[in-house]
Amino acid sequence: MKGILAVLTVVLLSSAASAVTPQEKLADPALEARAESIGENLRCLVCQNESIEESNADLAHDIRVLLRQRLVAGDTNAQAIQYIVNRYGQFVLLRPPVEPATYVLWYGPGILLVVAALSTLIWLRRRARTDLATAPSPLTEAEQQRLDHLLRETES
Amino acid sequence: MRKLFYLLPLLAFMALVGWFALALRPSYNPQILPSAMINKPAPSFDLAPLNGGGNLSLAGLKGQVALVNFFASWCVPCREEHPILMHLVEQEHVPLYGIDYKDRPEDARRILAQLGDPYRLVGMDPDGVTGLDFGVYGVPETYVIDKTGTIRKRFVGPLTAEALRNELLPLLKLLNAP
Repeated sequence: MKGILAVLTVVLLSSAASAVTPQEKLADPALEARAESIGENLRCLVCQNESIEESNADLAHDIRVLLRQRLVAGDTNAQAIQYIVNRYGQFVLLRPPVEPATYVLWYGPGILLVVAALSTLIWLRRRARTDLATAPSPLTEAEQQRLDHLLRETES
Repeated sequence: MRKLFYLLPLLAFMALVGWFALALRPSYNPQILPSAMINKPAPSFDLAPLNGGGNLSLAGLKGQVALVNFFASWCVPCREEHPILMHLVEQEHVPLYGIDYKDRPEDARRILAQLGDPYRLVGMDPDGVTGLDFGVYGVPETYVIDKTGTIRKRFVGPLTAEALRNELLPLLKLLNAP
Protein backbone atom coordinates (compact mmCIF):
# COMPACT_ATOMS: atom_id res chain seq x y z
CA MET A 1 0.00 0.00 0.00
CA LYS A 2 2.78 2.36 0.94
CA GLY A 3 4.60 1.40 -2.24
CA ILE A 4 1.57 2.23 -4.37
CA LEU A 5 1.21 5.56 -2.61
CA ALA A 6 4.84 6.38 -3.22
CA VAL A 7 4.52 5.56 -6.92
CA LEU A 8 1.33 7.60 -7.20
CA THR A 9 2.97 10.56 -5.51
CA VAL A 10 5.86 10.50 -7.94
CA VAL A 11 3.60 10.09 -10.96
CA LEU A 12 1.12 12.76 -9.94
CA LEU A 13 3.63 15.32 -8.78
CA SER A 14 6.01 15.11 -11.73
CA SER A 15 5.25 17.70 -14.39
CA ALA A 16 5.40 17.18 -18.15
CA ALA A 17 8.78 15.77 -19.03
CA SER A 18 11.19 18.32 -20.41
CA ALA A 19 13.44 17.27 -23.25
CA VAL A 20 15.90 20.07 -22.62
CA THR A 21 19.35 18.61 -22.13
CA PRO A 22 21.81 20.10 -19.64
CA GLN A 23 24.08 21.20 -22.48
CA GLU A 24 21.29 23.30 -23.96
CA LYS A 25 20.49 25.10 -20.73
CA LEU A 26 21.69 28.64 -20.37
CA ALA A 27 24.01 29.50 -17.50
CA ASP A 28 21.81 32.42 -16.51
CA PRO A 29 18.77 30.95 -14.71
CA ALA A 30 16.59 34.00 -15.42
CA LEU A 31 17.30 33.77 -19.15
CA GLU A 32 16.78 29.99 -19.10
CA ALA A 33 13.42 30.47 -17.35
CA ARG A 34 12.38 32.93 -20.06
CA ALA A 35 13.50 30.50 -22.76
CA GLU A 36 11.48 27.70 -21.18
CA SER A 37 8.36 29.80 -20.80
CA ILE A 38 8.55 30.81 -24.47
CA GLY A 39 9.43 27.31 -25.60
CA GLU A 40 6.42 25.79 -23.87
CA ASN A 41 4.22 27.74 -26.26
CA LEU A 42 6.10 26.87 -29.44
CA ARG A 43 5.03 23.85 -31.41
CA CYS A 44 7.51 21.24 -32.52
CA LEU A 45 6.84 20.97 -36.27
CA VAL A 46 7.76 17.32 -36.42
CA CYS A 47 5.54 16.02 -33.63
CA GLN A 48 3.03 18.85 -34.02
CA ASN A 49 1.27 18.37 -30.71
CA GLU A 50 4.27 18.71 -28.46
CA SER A 51 6.02 21.89 -27.56
CA ILE A 52 9.68 22.24 -28.40
CA GLU A 53 10.49 22.01 -24.71
CA GLU A 54 8.86 18.56 -24.52
CA SER A 55 9.89 17.09 -27.83
CA ASN A 56 12.91 14.92 -28.42
CA ALA A 57 12.92 15.58 -32.16
CA ASP A 58 16.12 16.95 -33.66
CA LEU A 59 14.28 19.94 -35.03
CA ALA A 60 12.91 20.79 -31.57
CA HIS A 61 16.47 20.72 -30.28
CA ASP A 62 17.57 23.08 -33.06
CA ILE A 63 14.76 25.53 -32.33
CA ARG A 64 15.47 25.41 -28.58
CA VAL A 65 19.09 26.30 -29.26
CA LEU A 66 18.07 29.00 -31.73
CA LEU A 67 15.63 30.48 -29.22
CA ARG A 68 18.31 30.60 -26.53
CA GLN A 69 20.75 32.21 -28.94
CA ARG A 70 18.21 34.94 -29.70
CA LEU A 71 17.64 35.62 -26.01
CA VAL A 72 21.38 35.75 -25.30
CA ALA A 73 21.72 38.15 -28.23
CA GLY A 74 19.35 40.47 -26.36
CA ASP A 75 16.00 39.84 -28.03
CA THR A 76 12.85 40.53 -26.03
CA ASN A 77 10.41 37.63 -25.70
CA ALA A 78 8.25 39.09 -28.46
CA GLN A 79 11.21 39.56 -30.80
CA ALA A 80 12.45 36.02 -30.24
CA ILE A 81 8.98 34.60 -30.92
CA GLN A 82 8.63 36.75 -34.04
CA TYR A 83 12.00 35.51 -35.27
CA ILE A 84 10.74 31.94 -35.20
CA VAL A 85 7.28 32.79 -36.54
CA ASN A 86 8.94 34.51 -39.52
CA ARG A 87 10.53 31.21 -40.45
CA TYR A 88 7.91 28.67 -39.50
CA GLY A 89 4.67 30.63 -39.67
CA GLN A 90 1.99 31.10 -37.06
CA PHE A 91 1.47 27.37 -36.88
CA VAL A 92 4.38 27.20 -34.41
CA LEU A 93 2.33 29.13 -31.88
CA LEU A 94 0.49 26.61 -29.70
CA ARG A 95 -1.79 29.47 -28.65
CA PRO A 96 -3.01 31.14 -31.84
CA PRO A 97 -3.16 34.97 -31.74
CA VAL A 98 -6.54 36.73 -31.83
CA GLU A 99 -6.81 38.26 -35.30
CA PRO A 100 -9.39 38.31 -38.12
CA ALA A 101 -8.32 34.90 -39.45
CA THR A 102 -8.83 33.29 -36.04
CA TYR A 103 -11.99 35.12 -34.90
CA VAL A 104 -14.11 32.05 -35.67
CA LEU A 105 -11.77 29.92 -33.59
CA TRP A 106 -11.77 32.26 -30.61
CA TYR A 107 -15.31 33.64 -30.65
CA GLY A 108 -17.19 30.85 -32.51
CA PRO A 109 -17.97 28.76 -29.41
CA GLY A 110 -19.18 31.84 -27.50
CA ILE A 111 -21.42 32.90 -30.39
CA LEU A 112 -22.81 29.36 -30.65
CA LEU A 113 -23.55 29.38 -26.92
CA VAL A 114 -25.39 32.71 -27.14
CA VAL A 115 -27.41 31.54 -30.17
CA ALA A 116 -28.29 28.29 -28.39
CA ALA A 117 -29.28 30.11 -25.19
CA LEU A 118 -31.44 32.63 -27.09
CA SER A 119 -33.22 29.97 -29.12
CA THR A 120 -33.88 27.92 -25.98
CA LEU A 121 -35.27 31.01 -24.27
CA ILE A 122 -37.52 31.82 -27.23
CA TRP A 123 -38.68 28.24 -27.41
CA LEU A 124 -39.47 28.07 -23.67
CA ARG A 125 -41.42 31.34 -23.77
CA ARG A 126 -43.41 30.32 -26.80
CA ARG A 127 -44.23 27.01 -25.16
CA ALA A 128 -45.38 28.73 -21.97
CA ARG A 129 -47.65 30.97 -24.05
CA THR A 130 -49.20 28.09 -26.03
CA ASP A 131 -49.71 26.16 -22.80
CA LEU A 132 -51.78 29.00 -21.45
CA ALA A 133 -53.79 29.35 -24.63
CA THR A 134 -54.61 25.67 -24.98
CA ALA A 135 -54.93 24.80 -21.30
CA PRO A 136 -58.39 23.36 -20.53
CA SER A 137 -60.75 25.71 -18.63
CA PRO A 138 -61.38 24.80 -14.98
CA LEU A 139 -64.25 22.46 -14.16
CA THR A 140 -67.66 23.90 -13.65
CA GLU A 141 -69.46 23.19 -10.37
CA ALA A 142 -71.66 20.51 -11.90
CA GLU A 143 -68.67 18.77 -13.44
CA GLN A 144 -66.82 18.83 -10.13
CA GLN A 145 -69.79 17.28 -8.35
CA ARG A 146 -70.04 14.57 -10.91
CA LEU A 147 -66.33 13.83 -10.62
CA ASP A 148 -66.52 13.62 -6.83
CA HIS A 149 -69.49 11.33 -7.16
CA LEU A 150 -67.69 9.01 -9.55
CA LEU A 151 -64.59 8.89 -7.34
CA ARG A 152 -66.66 8.01 -4.30
CA GLU A 153 -68.39 5.29 -6.27
CA THR A 154 -65.14 3.60 -7.25
CA GLU A 155 -63.81 3.83 -3.70
CA SER A 156 -66.73 2.09 -2.12
CA MET B 1 -40.51 31.04 -44.75
CA ARG B 2 -41.25 28.90 -41.70
CA LYS B 3 -40.61 25.77 -43.67
CA LEU B 4 -37.22 27.10 -44.66
CA PHE B 5 -36.50 27.68 -40.99
CA TYR B 6 -37.06 24.02 -40.25
CA LEU B 7 -34.64 23.13 -43.05
CA LEU B 8 -31.83 24.97 -41.25
CA PRO B 9 -30.52 21.99 -39.25
CA LEU B 10 -30.43 19.92 -42.42
CA LEU B 11 -28.50 22.64 -44.23
CA ALA B 12 -26.06 22.94 -41.34
CA PHE B 13 -25.59 19.19 -41.39
CA MET B 14 -24.96 19.20 -45.14
CA ALA B 15 -22.37 21.94 -44.71
CA LEU B 16 -20.62 19.86 -42.08
CA VAL B 17 -20.64 16.78 -44.31
CA GLY B 18 -19.21 18.86 -47.14
CA TRP B 19 -16.45 20.12 -44.87
CA PHE B 20 -15.57 16.60 -43.76
CA ALA B 21 -15.58 15.36 -47.36
CA LEU B 22 -13.11 18.10 -48.26
CA ALA B 23 -10.83 17.21 -45.37
CA LEU B 24 -10.94 13.51 -46.28
CA ARG B 25 -10.00 13.90 -49.93
CA PRO B 26 -6.89 11.85 -50.66
CA SER B 27 -4.73 14.77 -51.80
CA TYR B 28 -5.19 16.66 -48.54
CA ASN B 29 -2.57 16.05 -45.90
CA PRO B 30 -2.94 18.07 -42.71
CA GLN B 31 0.65 17.24 -41.78
CA ILE B 32 1.94 19.40 -44.61
CA LEU B 33 2.27 22.94 -43.37
CA PRO B 34 2.04 26.06 -45.43
CA SER B 35 5.36 27.84 -45.61
CA ALA B 36 5.69 31.21 -43.93
CA MET B 37 8.30 32.10 -46.53
CA ILE B 38 6.20 32.07 -49.70
CA ASN B 39 6.61 35.30 -51.68
CA LYS B 40 9.28 36.51 -49.29
CA PRO B 41 12.94 37.00 -50.10
CA ALA B 42 14.88 33.79 -49.57
CA PRO B 43 17.15 33.94 -46.51
CA SER B 44 20.71 34.59 -47.54
CA PHE B 45 23.17 31.75 -47.27
CA ASP B 46 26.74 31.12 -48.24
CA LEU B 47 27.68 27.47 -47.89
CA ALA B 48 30.94 25.64 -48.44
CA PRO B 49 30.66 23.35 -51.46
CA LEU B 50 30.56 19.57 -51.17
CA ASN B 51 32.70 18.96 -54.24
CA GLY B 52 35.01 21.93 -54.66
CA GLY B 53 34.18 24.92 -56.84
CA GLY B 54 32.72 28.11 -55.41
CA ASN B 55 30.42 28.46 -52.43
CA LEU B 56 26.70 27.94 -52.88
CA SER B 57 25.17 31.31 -52.09
CA LEU B 58 21.85 33.04 -52.66
CA ALA B 59 23.65 35.79 -54.60
CA GLY B 60 25.00 33.10 -56.94
CA LEU B 61 21.45 31.94 -57.79
CA LYS B 62 20.09 35.34 -58.78
CA GLY B 63 19.01 35.93 -62.36
CA GLN B 64 17.52 32.47 -62.89
CA VAL B 65 14.57 30.49 -61.67
CA ALA B 66 16.29 27.92 -59.49
CA LEU B 67 15.28 24.92 -57.43
CA VAL B 68 16.91 24.44 -54.06
CA ASN B 69 16.58 20.94 -52.68
CA PHE B 70 17.39 20.10 -49.06
CA PHE B 71 18.57 16.52 -48.83
CA ALA B 72 20.75 14.24 -46.74
CA SER B 73 22.43 10.89 -47.17
CA TRP B 74 20.56 9.57 -44.11
CA CYS B 75 17.17 10.54 -45.49
CA VAL B 76 15.17 7.64 -46.90
CA PRO B 77 12.49 9.64 -48.76
CA CYS B 78 15.34 11.48 -50.54
CA ARG B 79 16.18 8.21 -52.26
CA GLU B 80 12.60 7.87 -53.35
CA GLU B 81 12.76 11.38 -54.76
CA HIS B 82 16.09 10.93 -56.49
CA PRO B 83 14.86 9.60 -59.88
CA ILE B 84 12.48 12.56 -60.12
CA LEU B 85 15.35 14.97 -59.57
CA MET B 86 17.40 13.21 -62.24
CA HIS B 87 14.46 13.47 -64.63
CA LEU B 88 14.03 17.18 -63.84
CA VAL B 89 17.62 17.90 -64.68
CA GLU B 90 18.06 15.59 -67.67
CA GLN B 91 14.71 16.08 -69.40
CA GLU B 92 13.59 19.51 -68.23
CA HIS B 93 17.02 21.12 -67.77
CA VAL B 94 15.98 22.81 -64.54
CA PRO B 95 18.81 24.45 -62.59
CA LEU B 96 18.82 22.37 -59.41
CA TYR B 97 20.96 23.15 -56.39
CA GLY B 98 21.38 20.95 -53.36
CA ILE B 99 21.79 21.77 -49.70
CA ASP B 100 23.20 18.84 -47.79
CA TYR B 101 21.34 19.09 -44.48
CA LYS B 102 23.00 17.91 -41.25
CA ASP B 103 25.16 15.40 -42.99
CA ARG B 104 28.74 14.20 -43.18
CA PRO B 105 30.36 15.24 -46.48
CA GLU B 106 31.86 11.79 -47.10
CA ASP B 107 28.41 10.19 -46.74
CA ALA B 108 26.84 12.69 -49.12
CA ARG B 109 29.62 12.21 -51.68
CA ARG B 110 29.22 8.46 -51.51
CA ILE B 111 25.48 8.52 -52.06
CA LEU B 112 25.74 10.96 -54.97
CA ALA B 113 28.45 8.81 -56.55
CA GLN B 114 26.26 5.78 -56.10
CA LEU B 115 22.93 7.17 -57.34
CA GLY B 116 24.07 9.95 -59.65
CA ASP B 117 24.43 13.65 -58.90
CA PRO B 118 21.58 15.80 -60.22
CA TYR B 119 22.82 19.02 -58.63
CA ARG B 120 24.71 21.85 -60.31
CA LEU B 121 26.25 22.65 -56.98
CA VAL B 122 25.84 21.31 -53.48
CA GLY B 123 26.38 23.42 -50.37
CA MET B 124 26.85 21.90 -46.96
CA ASP B 125 24.67 22.86 -44.04
CA PRO B 126 26.18 20.65 -41.31
CA ASP B 127 24.35 22.30 -38.40
CA GLY B 128 21.06 22.89 -40.18
CA VAL B 129 21.31 26.67 -39.74
CA THR B 130 20.29 27.44 -43.31
CA GLY B 131 17.51 24.90 -42.90
CA LEU B 132 16.20 26.80 -39.88
CA ASP B 133 16.31 30.06 -41.84
CA PHE B 134 14.23 28.49 -44.60
CA GLY B 135 11.80 26.95 -42.11
CA VAL B 136 12.72 23.39 -43.09
CA TYR B 137 11.14 20.85 -40.79
CA GLY B 138 12.15 17.65 -42.49
CA VAL B 139 14.10 16.57 -45.54
CA PRO B 140 13.54 16.48 -48.40
CA GLU B 141 12.14 19.93 -49.02
CA THR B 142 12.33 21.74 -52.33
CA TYR B 143 12.06 25.47 -52.83
CA VAL B 144 11.40 27.38 -56.04
CA ILE B 145 13.34 30.65 -56.02
CA ASP B 146 12.60 33.13 -58.78
CA LYS B 147 14.94 35.47 -60.65
CA THR B 148 14.76 38.12 -57.94
CA GLY B 149 15.61 35.70 -55.15
CA THR B 150 12.03 35.38 -53.87
CA ILE B 151 10.69 32.05 -52.66
CA ARG B 152 7.68 31.16 -54.79
CA LYS B 153 6.85 27.64 -53.65
CA ARG B 154 7.83 24.96 -51.22
CA PHE B 155 7.39 21.22 -51.63
CA VAL B 156 7.53 19.25 -48.40
CA GLY B 157 8.56 15.62 -48.70
CA PRO B 158 9.64 13.84 -51.84
CA LEU B 159 8.63 15.40 -55.15
CA THR B 160 6.25 13.15 -57.03
CA ALA B 161 5.68 12.81 -60.75
CA GLU B 162 2.21 14.20 -60.13
CA ALA B 163 3.47 17.29 -58.28
CA LEU B 164 5.97 17.81 -61.06
CA ARG B 165 3.35 17.69 -63.79
CA ASN B 166 0.60 19.60 -62.02
CA GLU B 167 2.48 22.16 -59.97
CA LEU B 168 6.21 22.47 -60.46
CA LEU B 169 6.57 22.52 -64.25
CA PRO B 170 3.64 24.93 -64.82
CA LEU B 171 5.06 27.25 -62.16
CA LEU B 172 8.53 27.17 -63.68
CA LYS B 173 7.05 27.93 -67.08
CA LEU B 174 5.19 30.88 -65.64
CA LEU B 175 8.21 32.23 -63.78
CA ASN B 176 10.49 31.81 -66.80
CA ALA B 177 8.11 33.63 -69.12
CA PRO B 178 9.55 37.01 -70.01
